[in-house]
Amino acid sequence: MTEQKLTWKEKIFYTTPNDDRSRMRTVANNLILHIHPTKVAKPALRFSYTWGLGGISSVLVMFLILTGVLLMFRYDASVENAYTSIQYLETQVAFGALIRNIHHWSANLLVVTSFLHLIRVFLTGGFKKGRALNWALGLFLLTLVLAFNFTGYLLPWDQLAYWAITVGTSLLSYVPLVGTAVSNFLLGGPEVGQTTLRNFYAIHVAVLPAILILAMSFHFWRVRKDGGISQPEPGERERVEKVTTIPHLVQIELAATAVLTVVILVWAIFVPAPLEALANPSHPPNPAKAAWYFMGLQELLLHMHPLAAMLLPLTLFIGIALLPKLDTQEDNIGIYFRSHKGRFAALFGALIGTILVPLAVLLDEYWLDLPGLFPTWPTLITTGLIPLLATLAMFGLIYGYFRKAGKLNHSEAIVGLFSFIMTSFVTLTLIGIFFRGANMALVLPF
Amino acid sequence: MTTQENNLSRRDFLKLGIGALSALAVLEMGGVSLFFMQPRSLVGEFGGIVNAGPVDSFPAGSVVEFPDGRFFLIHAPDGGFLAVYSRCTHLGCTISWEADKNQFFCPCHASSFSTTGDVQNPPAPRALDLFAITIEEGQLLVNTGSITQRDRFTTDQLTYA
Repeated sequence: MTEQKLTWKEKIFYTTPNDDRSRMRTVANNLILHIHPTKVAKPALRFSYTWGLGGISSVLVMFLILTGVLLMFRYDASVENAYTSIQYLETQVAFGALIRNIHHWSANLLVVTSFLHLIRVFLTGGFKKGRALNWALGLFLLTLVLAFNFTGYLLPWDQLAYWAITVGTSLLSYVPLVGTAVSNFLLGGPEVGQTTLRNFYAIHVAVLPAILILAMSFHFWRVRKDGGISQPEPGERERVEKVTTIPHLVQIELAATAVLTVVILVWAIFVPAPLEALANPSHPPNPAKAAWYFMGLQELLLHMHPLAAMLLPLTLFIGIALLPKLDTQEDNIGIYFRSHKGRFAALFGALIGTILVPLAVLLDEYWLDLPGLFPTWPTLITTGLIPLLATLAMFGLIYGYFRKAGKLNHSEAIVGLFSFIMTSFVTLTLIGIFFRGANMALVLPF
Repeated sequence: MTTQENNLSRRDFLKLGIGALSALAVLEMGGVSLFFMQPRSLVGEFGGIVNAGPVDSFPAGSVVEFPDGRFFLIHAPDGGFLAVYSRCTHLGCTISWEADKNQFFCPCHASSFSTTGDVQNPPAPRALDLFAITIEEGQLLVNTGSITQRDRFTTDQLTYA
């Protein structure tokens, strides 16, 4: 390549070149833009294909890093001062409340956007054809986001924080053999205390960000190496139209970033991040609830033995990670729901999920009493194994129904089952958030 | 020279050596970090031995809370003592003593326990955990560092003065 005379401005910042050739050169030579190829397939730019969810998540991560670094200057990770430093931030520090609100709401929104990103990539079959590694990386990133939220949740050291983390880490101690040891290690003792706060702070501001930045870079790099985002297989002699990244992709990204910034900023100005009373280890609030994104799991815990309530999501997680092996049909990549029939399957799966889950919750709450029916059996079987196997059998039944009665192919039936599982999970979460009151009894939210 | 089956070339020997040494270095770093972050128990606070006071200051049938030691001292009607960890065996919320109902109650998931710590109402999977009690010179000493798990109450768990 001939020597390129680039000004330092061109090397670092986005410049506005006038012809396609120099536009492509800018992308190739620019530190940030080099994340993109110089040209992208035109159909890949359709907003209603990606909904910009991956990009929005990355921008949220940037907001979180910027506000997080600022918060570090004002936060004190000690049991005596943590809560006071947040109060100080809320009342005394200029823009303190705003920065905390942006951090809080961006973190919450990130859980939503990364989950929706997973759904989108699943629905368009973006995990197929050599993208198994990046699919797994994406799942890893989602667990990282949850780990970030979980560790960050403790830091304000209010009642909400203390008890959500107590309940969350107690779950760990149900893992056979190593559970208690890992829990003691994380907490720095048998219960949440000063060591826990310092551990979680170090994990939240140093360990996780380092892993996140590496894993995100890996994730983006794999998208490039896999030939851009997934697209329908082009037919024979069909040529996909390509357009230059500047301006076609970059302007969409800038617009999405601008809209996101306004939304987050306005939201953060008007909706304060919650802060409850100072943590009191001897008096849990009633009800003591986990963070909203773990309420699906908490709702499961009310119905199942903790080991089963952990095994079920773990099984599903492994199943989702193995999807590239389970569904290898390549001719439906890039088509939402695989096909028209798949769209119907997804709708039907969502429908039975929203009906069956509340029914099952009511049934278990008011009528079914397995430990009472078999008082001599250990609870590991009555509230653990039996509901776990029943749930897994339900998944099998639904898949079988789609295959036999719905006459769907394997790939479409998986879409129906996936839709059922995800809708059930969301329904459980909503029940946990809105329909659980004092003593975790079922209540109406209105 | 006879050919040896397991002849290791110089290159392979060095490769193996570098590989083994790197693995060792990683293990050492891992071990150092693990020990570095090992929890340390605090003396005199929760996790250490708490002096609950003289034996005769607890009437038979009483239940007394020690918030700093995270336990309830139960004096059974027959004279035996029991120190139960005030942490619900379900998911770790702090239980409270409800004298009017004669039970321990956990507000998180509504588990309740009897005066001996037995489960009255699930989801709690097992009876309240115990701390070891020793009696020295008429003083009740509760070791909050040694937690014993149990399925249900049996009379041999009681400590007598």
